[in-house]
This record gives sequence, C-alpha cells and structure tokens, in this order.
Amino acid sequence: MKIAALSLRNWKEIVRDKLNISFGLGFPLVLILLLSFIQKNIPVSMFELPQMTPGIIIFGFTFLSLFSGMLIAKDRTSSLFMRLFTSPLKPSHFVLSYYIPFLPIALLQAVFTYFVAVLLGLNLNINILGSILVSLPAAIMFISLGVLCGTIFNDKQVGGICGAFLTNFSAWLSDTWFDIDLVGGAFAGVAKALPFYHAVEAGRFALAGEYSKIFPDLWWVMGYAIAISALAIWIFGKKMNYDK
Amino acid sequence: MKAIKTTGLSKYYKNLLAIDSLDLEINQGELFSLLGVNGAGKTTTIKCLSCLSKPSSGDAIILGKSILNNVFDVKDLISVSPQETAVAPNLSVLENLEFIIGVNGFKKEDVTQKSRDMIMLFKMEEIENIKAKKLSGGWQRRLSIAMALINEPKILFLDEPTLGLDVIARRELWGIIKNLKKKMTIVLTTHYMEEAEALSDRIGIMSKGKLVALGTAKELIAKTKSKNFEDAFISIASEGGKTK
Repeated sequence: MKIAALSLRNWKEIVRDKLNISFGLGFPLVLILLLSFIQKNIPVSMFELPQMTPGIIIFGFTFLSLFSGMLIAKDRTSSLFMRLFTSPLKPSHFVLSYYIPFLPIALLQAVFTYFVAVLLGLNLNINILGSILVSLPAAIMFISLGVLCGTIFNDKQVGGICGAFLTNFSAWLSDTWFDIDLVGGAFAGVAKALPFYHAVEAGRFALAGEYSKIFPDLWWVMGYAIAISALAIWIFGKKMNYDK
Repeated sequence: MKAIKTTGLSKYYKNLLAIDSLDLEINQGELFSLLGVNGAGKTTTIKCLSCLSKPSSGDAIILGKSILNNVFDVKDLISVSPQETAVAPNLSVLENLEFIIGVNGFKKEDVTQKSRDMIMLFKMEEIENIKAKKLSGGWQRRLSIAMALINEPKILFLDEPTLGLDVIARRELWGIIKNLKKKMTIVLTTHYMEEAEALSDRIGIMSKGKLVALGTAKELIAKTKSKNFEDAFISIASEGGKTK
C-alpha cells in the first residue's frame, strides 16, 4: 500500500507533464522515420528495420533516465520529501515507487516504436513481443541510472548528465548508429563492458527468434540493473538521514 | 511515560553548535511551544526529534522509542508539518490527502473516510478537486497541516504553522490547533508570541542552541517581571538565559 500510494503519486506527476510523454514517444518516432527514409535512399544494413528498431528502443529508454532523474532530484529538495522522510517509508519503498510508474511508460515506448516499425515494413510476428519483453531489463537499468543520478545530483545537474551525456554516451556505445566492431580496439572493449551494446544485441536476437543467443547479453544488462538499483537504494538511504 | 524526553541532545554542523546538550521533557497531550530567535536551534531540534537529522550526541526517547535505535518505530508515532508548505503541487487537495494516508500504510477502505474527515475538519469541500499549486498560500498551508494530521500521529510537530498567513487564516488555524489539544502531543515552533501564549500549555525558549527558559507563559512573565509575554521573551532571548 505504501509503495502503491507513492507510485501512484509519481505516475500522476509524470503523466500530467505532457512534455514527458510527447518527448518519450515522439523522439523514437522521429528517429525511426528519419532513418527509414535514409535507408530507402542510401541502403545501409545497420538501418534495416530488424537491426535498427531494437537500438532505437534502447535509445528511447535514455529518456526514462532523464525523466526519473529529474523527478527524484526535484522531489528530494522539496518540503514534501521532508514530510515523507518522517513517514515510515524505507529507502527501497522510495526507489521502487519511481521504477513502477516508469515501467508502463517504457512498455508503451517499445510497443509504439514497434508499431511504427511495422507500419514502415517490419514483419509482424510473435518475436516482436519477445523483443519487447527482452528490452524490459534495459528499461529497468535506465530507470535505475536516472534514480541514482537524481539521488546524487540536483535537477540541473541531472539535466546535463542524463539529458546530454548519457544519451550521447549510450548511443555511441550501443552499436545502433555504427558498428562498434569497425571501430574496434579500446572503444569496442569499453562498449562491450557496458550494458548498452548488450541490451541492443539481446533485442536483435529476440526479434530474429534466436532466443538461445540472448544470453549472456541479457545477463550483462540484468547485472547492471541490479547493481545500479542496489547502489541507488543504499545512497538514497544515506541521503534520507543526513541530507537536510 | 513522557511523550518526549531528551538527554544531552546535541547537534553540530561542522564547527557550529546548533543544539547544545538539550535536556527536555514533554508530557503526553501537552501543547509545547519552542521559541527562540532565528538560528536558536528550534528547527534543528525538530529535525532531530523527527529523525530527519542524526544528533551528534545524546538521545531522545519518543513514547519509549529511541530516535537513534528505533527510527522506524518513532516515524510510526509522529508527523511533521514543515516550515515550508509541504504538498504535492500537481495533485488535487483530495489526492494529496489520499496520497499521504496511503504512504502511512492505512488500509484502502480507510483512505476515503479519513480524507473526507480531514476535508470537513479543514473546511476544504469547495477546493477538494483543485490542484494544490493553484491554491492560495493560506489554503496550501491549511492542506499541509491536514496532511500532517491525517495519519493520526501521537506526536505532531508544527514548525511555524501560521508563517505568512493573514490574521483571519491564522485565527482559523489556531481554532483547529486548539481542538487538537489533549488528543495528541503537539510541539509548536513560532515567531508569534501571541500565538505561543494563546495555544501553549508550556513554553521553552532556546538561545544559541540551549534551552534557556521553561514554564507557562504566566510563569515566564513573572520570572522576568515583564508586562507581557513578548517583553518576557525579549528579556530571556536577549540575555541568552542569564536569568534562568
């Protein structure tokens, strides 16, 4: 009940800010349309819909980091949170209450992106559902990154870190916009040590129906999601006691 | 059992001593006012007693529970109305009340009834569906206090509850606070001397982190041989406790 009440409040805060929803859904839409038109004129295998769509979904999730980070950073400095910090809520309650309302938005983002991809010519089959489900750990990972940033930094800093740095960083290292093996060397090494590349790969394998290959990529993503979530809960607990 | 008993409670912020070995007992059902000039340590004391800030030394026992060792038990017993208005701006009046009662772990069936009770008590029927951010300062403050009361705390901390309110709104809030007397223990901080005099069973005056005077308004007037309570306060606060 406690988590549900706080999640409901966070959900209302998110959906009542129309900019959140329009950016979250609009940006992947613009990207997929733009890249599909490029692909039609100058065919590049990377921008074929089965390759590109899982990457755009993961890129779209970076906005979840931005929105969750901004919300928690603003909340943390508000008097409302001073009140909530004196209630019997535990750090895990707070952190989970930010995950829960963002998950349906992630799901909506993924469904919407695939819907547009199908309209553009992607073959409609059951593997789309598989790919959406496989992308959910990545959504959790991005939400946890936002919650972590929002717990540590103020809302202006979160805007810079999640809005500019993370979106670029995850895009370059995700294998969505260019083949990281073509760059090779340390760049490819760093990309493969981080979760973004693995999240896109797992989504592509699922979409291709090659479910036996989604691991170990999915383990990487799940490992990062669990580690970042645990860190966010731990730091949030510290901030609850000594912040004010 | 005392509602609150502090022993040697101290709080340092780096080299600044905000609370200096506070020894204080507050009885159950008492309305106790904590007065002092800006920076005297009133708000820091409330933050320590409500587990928002960890004391540097000493302890406080809230209805038998230590603020150091039983943090979540203490949080179940208390509620705080912070100095600043603490409402969720994008939620309506009714949603704010339901939200707070939810995070305090009440059953779903209690949520509606208790919210309705609070709306009636604070005469907010006409504004119950208006978003908090659209309310005037007075109504926001009223809602903020209603949110502090809705979980039926055993101890209520009111940090400058009438700050910035016009005289009519202030008198209305006084009426509500008077009605709460004896139903719960109330710790009030205020800069309005007439407010402390009108509402309090006992008054403590802090200066430079120390409790420098303690008694009823009449006792403090008599002790300082002053004409009225405001003069008594000025005499005590400006002398920093030399007359104790």
